[in-house]
Amino acid sequence: MSEAKKYPAPVTNPETAAFWDAASRGKFMIKRCTTCGEAHYFPRAICPFCYSDKTVWEESSGEGTIYTYSLMRKSPTGPYAIGYVTLKEGPSLQTNFVDCDLTTLKIGQKVKVVFKPTDGAPLPFFTPV
Amino acid sequence: MTIKGKAYIAGIYEHPTRHAPDKSTAQLHAEVAKGAIEDAGISKDDVDGYFCAGDAPGGAWPMVDYLGLNTKKLRHVDSTETGGCSYIIHLGHAAEAIAAGKCSIALITLAGKPRTGAMPPRAAGAEADFESAYGATTHNAYGMCAMRHMHDYGTTSEQLAWIKVAASHHAQYNPHAMLKDVVTVEDVLNSPMISDPLHRMDCCVVSDGGGALIVTTPEIAKSLKKPLVRLIGHGEAMKGPRGGKDLDLTYSAGIWSGPRAFEEAGITPKDIKYASIYDSFTITVLMQLEDLGFCRKGEGGKFVADGNLISGVGKLPFNTDGGGLCSNHPVNRGGMTKILEAVRQLRGEAHPKVQVKNCDLAIAHGTGGLLGVRHAASTAILERV
Repeated sequence: MSEAKKYPAPVTNPETAAFWDAASRGKFMIKRCTTCGEAHYFPRAICPFCYSDKTVWEESSGEGTIYTYSLMRKSPTGPYAIGYVTLKEGPSLQTNFVDCDLTTLKIGQKVKVVFKPTDGAPLPFFTPV
Repeated sequence: MTIKGKAYIAGIYEHPTRHAPDKSTAQLHAEVAKGAIEDAGISKDDVDGYFCAGDAPGGAWPMVDYLGLNTKKLRHVDSTETGGCSYIIHLGHAAEAIAAGKCSIALITLAGKPRTGAMPPRAAGAEADFESAYGATTHNAYGMCAMRHMHDYGTTSEQLAWIKVAASHHAQYNPHAMLKDVVTVEDVLNSPMISDPLHRMDCCVVSDGGGALIVTTPEIAKSLKKPLVRLIGHGEAMKGPRGGKDLDLTYSAGIWSGPRAFEEAGITPKDIKYASIYDSFTITVLMQLEDLGFCRKGEGGKFVADGNLISGVGKLPFNTDGGGLCSNHPVNRGGMTKILEAVRQLRGEAHPKVQVKNCDLAIAHGTGGLLGVRHAASTAILERV
């Protein structure tokens, strides 16, 4: 069902436009602070950990593991699995798991990013490796 | 500076309705305001502080006008919005305002009709583009917490089910409860899976309704006729994924609001005779009991099992009105009803079958927002004087 789903286009704003530009080129970006060295997601101009404004874009490997998930059994667009992925680079993020048997998901499972089209920039999702 | 003992809950009212298609939301606010004012034995013209949250149509100033509050006297307003725990936060803020002399009789109202019609969506936060497409709902946001709690601590669906079983034991005595049937662990496990690992009976009801409180000074409370119930400790806190660093969905902001409230009150969880714990889902209760210190982190499953939350049976009677799991969940916000049942217990006005003997110390605790995403928590410790 999730394949047929229509996803909303990101609104975007000056702070996050570079993320969506990169997504359009198939690149999954995170932000890293050059002052404290910490990576974060979703991207902010000011580091949420040390409040430095020296944050830079970095391409993520797009690889991570499932931290948790929940399979929503019913919705107007069919079942879907929401969860959090912990990226190799450290930050965890909210996503949906797609292109797989949703009933076999496991905490700790390795996943990688896949982009799904919208009427605007594509959105990142994750699928088992 | 402390609010310990500086404010008393002198009036309470819970709307008996669970389905109100024939009433307006503002009308429900007025009905609960009237109920709490009459319970306290004051006049609406005495109210000089008003507190409401996102459920109040138009916010504070349209409500103050609609309710006909005395604007020559009204000198303090607060429309802090933190979802379901807003009203527990309001209680603390009312005590702060009373302690500072900014008002002397505060009215707090909650009302709405999610059973009659869908609630308006929340305003988008900065995360919207990065999260809204993924369909976080209450069910799956709490499901994600339960899934990780089970993974890390071995918590089971059977243990979660005991929370619903205890609530149902209490609800059978509440004539207004939506679900009055006593259920078993098997009933919960056999109910349909909604969002793994939460079954339908792990979820609270959707109901119309509301509730209200009158909070006042010790002097005014003592001049009124109701049993004396005062606030002796209060805490509030917030938690979110914070840039995705060290994500841990097995604890809530209650881990901060709880100790703040207990420290102010000068008591420990062992002293509590009755606990109102927001039960949007069974997992909400289990995590809050751990976070508040009623048991160690990860031991909530063992703590709630075998009827330990049933009044007269277990060590910690909880939600003796049937709670959100069985009685009501007005406006999808459980904080107000948690305070109301705690006050009934302290007054000795709970149903005789669930009334806790010598109930002199109670806790009312709630969360607001989505536990697995971003949320607030607030803790109130109440004492019968």
